[in-house]
Amino acid sequence: MQPTTVKSAYWMGFRAGMPFILMALPFATLFGVVASEAGLHLSQIIAFSMLVIAGASQYAALQLMIENAAISLVLLAALAVNLRMAMYSAALVPHLGAAPLWQRVLLAYINFDQTYMIATAQYDRTPRWPVQQKVAFFFGVATPIVPVWIVATVIGALVGAAIPPEYALDFIVPIMFLALVTPALKSAAHIAAACTSATVALALFWMPSGTGLLIAAATAMCVGAAVETWAERQ
Amino acid sequence: MTYTNPQIWFIITALAVGTYLIRFSFLGLIGDRPMPPFVLKLLRYTPVAVLPGMVAPLVLWPTATDGAFDAARVAAAFATLIVGYYTRNAIWAILGGVVVLYAGLFVTGQF
Repeated sequence: MQPTTVKSAYWMGFRAGMPFILMALPFATLFGVVASEAGLHLSQIIAFSMLVIAGASQYAALQLMIENAAISLVLLAALAVNLRMAMYSAALVPHLGAAPLWQRVLLAYINFDQTYMIATAQYDRTPRWPVQQKVAFFFGVATPIVPVWIVATVIGALVGAAIPPEYALDFIVPIMFLALVTPALKSAAHIAAACTSATVALALFWMPSGTGLLIAAATAMCVGAAVETWAERQ
Repeated sequence: MTYTNPQIWFIITALAVGTYLIRFSFLGLIGDRPMPPFVLKLLRYTPVAVLPGMVAPLVLWPTATDGAFDAARVAAAFATLIVGYYTRNAIWAILGGVVVLYAGLFVTGQF
């Protein structure tokens, strides 16, 4: 095998990121559609996808905004969805922690599910890469995904306004959520957490918008962690 | 949606800053001090802990039908779950859910 340079690591990352365009395209387009149906302005929709750049939390915030939940609850629920990225951030430290600060500032912006998963899988295969190659690979993965994410949101927002209500777009959000969750049901602990979340949220649905959800999420996280601990002891 | 424009911009800005800080946290500020294993364990379950709680009421009591149970939407939700679970692929899950949704709406005369 030829020795990897910074440049070739970047292009390796780019090729690894390419297939995930297929994933970003429908998610971002539908976010644009649903957000414009909900009444957000184009500039707000673009800002959402450019600045937050995290699909599940964007949908979570949007859904609670459609329900007119209190602003604090919108923020709490959407940020809770993103808490997993703190775990990504921690897991990347051994690989990227030695990079200069300005690079880590940029890396944090593109630290999302796909880049994290692709990059850590690669770092496991090539642990001896110097930090600059690891950084280049990470940027490479994000390069095809980020522009597609933003442009597809804009396209969705522009066509969204023209779609009539009988197309039941209200239900696209639940389908998206379920589609995001099911591949993540990797263990008994994940399934237990998901079932707890759904059950508690249904039981507490009478509470003010978003409140029951937060209690359900906190309970479900504890159940997931508890089942994992229990499974380890078996 | 009844928020004012400044409120919507506040939500977007706060989410952007909050999400960025979560992403930056360890990489940027906290360094390579290890997190307590229990915290890592809790964080692992955030997506599966939040999203199902959000979906379940939407499936059983959809906003578009003013909360009336709708067989087409419930069938679509189950189709998404089943396809997603067996293919482990979000795109197939979405396709499965959307196909069943529109078939269901058509059969129940809503489309």
